[in-house]
Amino acid sequence: MAQNEAPVHAVPAGEADGAEDGAFLRIDDLVKEFGGYRAVDHVSVDIAKGEIFALLGPSGCGKSTLLRMLAGFEVPTSGRILLDGRDLASAPPYERPINMMFQSYALFPHLSVWENIAFGLKREGRPKAEIADRVEAMLKLVQLGRFAQRKPHQLSGGQQQRVALARSLARQPQLLLLDEPLGALDKKLREQTQIELVNIIEQVGVTCVMVTHDQEEAMTMAQRIAVMREGRFLQVGAPGDLYETPGSRFVADFIGNVNLMDGTLDVDAADHCVIGCGDVRHYVGHGITGTQGMAVTVALRPEKVLIGREPPQDTSHNAVRATVKEKSYFGSFTVYHLSLPSGAMLKASAANVARWRDDEITWGETVWASWSPTAQVVLTQ
Amino acid sequence: MRVRHLVPGRALVIALPMLFLLLFFLAPFFIVGKISVSEMETVTFKPVLTVVDGILTLKLKLANYAFLAADDLYLKTYLSSIQYAAATTALCLLVGYPFAYFMARARPAVQPALVMLVMLPFWTSFLLRVYAWRGLLAEGGWVADIIVGTGLDGLLLQLGLISAPGKLMHTPFSLVIGMSYTYLPFMVLPLYASLAKMDLRLLEAAADLGATPWVAFWRVTVPLSRAGIIAGSMLVFIPCIGEFVIPELLGGPETLMIGRVIWDEFFSNNDWPMASTVAVVMVLLIIVPLAVFSKYQAEAQEAAR
Repeated sequence: MAQNEAPVHAVPAGEADGAEDGAFLRIDDLVKEFGGYRAVDHVSVDIAKGEIFALLGPSGCGKSTLLRMLAGFEVPTSGRILLDGRDLASAPPYERPINMMFQSYALFPHLSVWENIAFGLKREGRPKAEIADRVEAMLKLVQLGRFAQRKPHQLSGGQQQRVALARSLARQPQLLLLDEPLGALDKKLREQTQIELVNIIEQVGVTCVMVTHDQEEAMTMAQRIAVMREGRFLQVGAPGDLYETPGSRFVADFIGNVNLMDGTLDVDAADHCVIGCGDVRHYVGHGITGTQGMAVTVALRPEKVLIGREPPQDTSHNAVRATVKEKSYFGSFTVYHLSLPSGAMLKASAANVARWRDDEITWGETVWASWSPTAQVVLTQ
Repeated sequence: MRVRHLVPGRALVIALPMLFLLLFFLAPFFIVGKISVSEMETVTFKPVLTVVDGILTLKLKLANYAFLAADDLYLKTYLSSIQYAAATTALCLLVGYPFAYFMARARPAVQPALVMLVMLPFWTSFLLRVYAWRGLLAEGGWVADIIVGTGLDGLLLQLGLISAPGKLMHTPFSLVIGMSYTYLPFMVLPLYASLAKMDLRLLEAAADLGATPWVAFWRVTVPLSRAGIIAGSMLVFIPCIGEFVIPELLGGPETLMIGRVIWDEFFSNNDWPMASTVAVVMVLLIIVPLAVFSKYQAEAQEAAR
């Protein structure tokens, strides 16, 4: 094995020309059944080299099963996993060039930090001096040099997380798997660590698949996200695409906060459409593929709803009178829960750009809510 | 306020087992110790402490200890007791580890039943179970038939565990078999306890880092069950050293065990001071591994925190 000059670089050069079409990891029509239950249901995706890809979904959606198949802990019922052009189907976990950072880390409690990181390197039978160099480089990468001789239980949660990362990167895996990487940390620490983790992964340049149920975590860390439900990919896309153009009610609702309004398609022209939703008539600035009279759902993000005491210029579309029922102050923004004439609720959020306002809208007031024709997304499923 | 109320209760709870140990371990041990340095009269002992004419006299007869050190029969017996106890411990570990391992990895629903099965033999008289081995190992017993039939007795002969081919009873072999059989549950249960609470994701982590199942077993499973190995070994080793009934029933003339020596001194020679001396030295011998055990126990508890 060639001595690596820069020990933190994870992917050995020269092996990269396996996939001609840019897919480094190809998941091809993968199925996993437990008894009669299909945990992963015909999933296919191509992941590029160096990409951070997140599997996002509620618990039981099959995301962990998919990750465990990549690691080799579960055998697929059918389908293929190709890494750099090589089919991994028959390889047991200990023969795959893949390492995983486990949920709550699974650090070896009887070994020191140093020995935990060296564990994988020793299995490769590398010379002692090389192992020591590599462990030192890893300790430096995660800034834990001072803690090398500690046992895992003597470390804080954040330090354990960094040991787990160092251990999973030590063998220079071609693919890094992260299972709920920050799930065990408290909120403040999680936000710091998200950025730190991405920086380290990008510095190392390793391709990464992560599993999370936390949409903020997925959106902060991943370049692309697959939203999973009942074993299937509902939508795959960049965080911004998923947020601004969700393809289904589930995705719109799962990612971020949203108002979902059921209605019927009244006018469907080439450059616009009109949807009637009880209290509101939506004018949407683009056409959709649908037939008049079909049932659709309009998704409207709360931050795209403007509220004010004065009626907007045109009250025939995209505007509604409402009463403030609840007001939740979040510091940087405030969410107003508005009651529409029919009794339906509409959420609107407003950024708190000023420190203090005398004329703040408050409980019980009647206000106008309005939005632009580009604010909505029309969902047909 | 609450804490102040708690403190006397706490002391009481700790005091109870302490009192028990004081009454039923330390006090009897002290009496045995006293007998070991007393001089024998025809029926009773001469008192160790006497007050004559206002002079307090402490009279310790150390001749028994000197005799114990001088006569190498005792030394040999101690050594062979330790040997048999160690052999029994090793055999129990060899049989008990896989036993406990498969129990701990069985489906959770059947594990309580398996634990019950390990303890089931305790429901039959210990004496009967040991006596049964005489039938199994005697000539014509079916265990003996299997061993002789497969030629295993040749191997045992080479190992020095039996002295003549085909003759299994009253040998070191039958003694170690009997003790291992009797004490196996004491090995299995602590091993099972430590293996069952192991986090199986650690084995996945080991596999993920390139360890084959065999390597993962030696590098992760075994070190993590160390507390169970030590506890089980102590629970087998310590009672085996002083074992009397099993050597009496299954042992032979050449299987020297300290328990039999104590019996002989007490009941054949009626030399209570000598018997007590042998017993005191045995307790001191056992305290050493016990201290090692409790040291590891404390370390393990420290690590678990």
